[in-house]
Amino acid sequence: MTVHALPHAIEAADVSIETPARRAWRRLVRRRGAMVGLAVIVLVILVALFAPLIAPYDPATQSWSAVRKPPSAAYWLGTDEVGRDLLSRIIYGARASLSAGVISVGIAIAVGVPLGLVAGYAGGLLDGLVSRITDAMLACPFLILAIALAAFLGPSLGNAMIAIGVTATPIFIRLTRGQVLSVKAEDYVEAARAIGNPHPRIVLRHILPNVLPQLLVQATLTVATAIIAEASLSFLGLGQQPPAPSWGSMLNSAQRFLVNAPWMAVWPGLAIFLTVLSFNLLGDGLRDALDPRSK
Amino acid sequence: MLTLIGRRLVQLIPTLFFVSVIIFSLQQLLPGDPALVMAGEEKDPEVIEQIRRQYRLDQPVPIQYLYWIKGVFTGDLGESMRLKAPVLQLILQKLPVTLQLATMAMAIALLIGVTAGVVSAVKRDTWIDYAVNVISLWGISTPNFWLGIMMIFLFAVTLGWLPASGYVSPWQDWRQSLATTIMPAFVLGNAIAGVIMRHTRSAMLQALQSDYVRTARAKGLQERTVVMKHAMRNALTPVITLGALEFGTLLSGAVLTEQIFTIPGFGKLIVDAVFNRDYAVVQGVVLVTATTYIILNLLADVGYILVNPRLRG
Repeated sequence: MTVHALPHAIEAADVSIETPARRAWRRLVRRRGAMVGLAVIVLVILVALFAPLIAPYDPATQSWSAVRKPPSAAYWLGTDEVGRDLLSRIIYGARASLSAGVISVGIAIAVGVPLGLVAGYAGGLLDGLVSRITDAMLACPFLILAIALAAFLGPSLGNAMIAIGVTATPIFIRLTRGQVLSVKAEDYVEAARAIGNPHPRIVLRHILPNVLPQLLVQATLTVATAIIAEASLSFLGLGQQPPAPSWGSMLNSAQRFLVNAPWMAVWPGLAIFLTVLSFNLLGDGLRDALDPRSK
Repeated sequence: MLTLIGRRLVQLIPTLFFVSVIIFSLQQLLPGDPALVMAGEEKDPEVIEQIRRQYRLDQPVPIQYLYWIKGVFTGDLGESMRLKAPVLQLILQKLPVTLQLATMAMAIALLIGVTAGVVSAVKRDTWIDYAVNVISLWGISTPNFWLGIMMIFLFAVTLGWLPASGYVSPWQDWRQSLATTIMPAFVLGNAIAGVIMRHTRSAMLQALQSDYVRTARAKGLQERTVVMKHAMRNALTPVITLGALEFGTLLSGAVLTEQIFTIPGFGKLIVDAVFNRDYAVVQGVVLVTATTYIILNLLADVGYILVNPRLRG
């Protein structure tokens, strides 16, 4: 090897030791749609976190002198039927939507992933039982089951999150189980078993890390579904309860004033659409970035 | 082939059993004394006692389940507390309305989804392909209740072209029926069109790169014939199956769409039942939707076996 070739060799070696996470990030950064999605998500998270500092008014304060005012310098997005500032309610509403999305998916992952891991790894009767229950839950349409659960649990944001989380659980059981089945026959898992590793260690150290990329993609896409589900439940009156703001419940009241105050319906819907679109863009980008076949 | 279908039928039994257990268990989620919760505002001890007897709440839970499932097998899904009518009768009354809406929505979704998916695959990496991808993402990300409200604002309130709400049966006046259902059907079909579009595109891309398409091109066939006759016919098989599976999404979407457009269907029945604590109706609707979904799933599987020569054996 000549002296001139040496820097190139070092550079090549640098690329070859790139960690999978770093490689995925490099690929993700190249996807413009995913980066736009990520930027919007970060913005919505910041808005939700610093809502008291950003919101120009208290989201629950009513003003009878400002009922159904169109967008103006004083009220950038207008006001609602009891004179509350729509911008402030949308800013605070981000908290309900984001927390519903993240917590319900957290519940689904916390229940679904261990069940999927155990079912896929153990196989046999346990796998059969878990799979049939999963099939049964997937047979009930997502929103209808969430509505039924929320109805029986009682209307509140917490119960809506539980209902959405429980309804989303079978998606994660099925995904994890499928991934475990394909990974557990790999040579490195066989090798880990051959050298006498205990089963929990094999599952947690050798199988779970290989399931994580797919779980990350699914979790991102399911947050989008969960945000729409929370908005749907709040729209029906089964989620966030008044006067606390939520994008779904804002749309519910807006529907009654469509002729005189159409702006009431535009902004909360746009907020849901942009947030959901961003999670979908990021999910799609992650899927491509984590795909071993992509460059 | 028969063995495959038989095996699928046998697999259905435990799934249906667990569906029934899940739906029955919903009742156990009621906080406190279920009879008191079900009675709602009604505090008459006689009414509460009647509810307790009707739902056999004084019996152990497994016995309650046995009575409930026996009722399901004999077509007795209980009685609506509010409407004082058998739940099955109510569901059968409302089902045709939702089915009309769902069929129209599916037709719209297939028309938009398949056409856009095929065009996008044929024009890969052009502006048309990018535009179709954007439209698909729009369909998947738009909450259908917001789209419904916006369409009412545009087509009913501003332009006055279509009625904002209500329903007319096609047997009564088909023109009016079309006018009342076209907006909700589009709203429902919009989300599924996005999903179908994505699947059609990827199936078409795969088909267009296959050996048989290369052979068809080598024979000198026109590109139009290659796409329509050779690639599309093969690519659409899984897409049609997907259409059947997306029926569950349609039923879910119908809940909100019917609420917005005041359509007296299946979705409005469950929402009204939820707000009137009519729990037997809620359970009945979930049971019927789940069973419909399972049957459609089975039909999709059978259809797939029938059209796929490798599985016919």
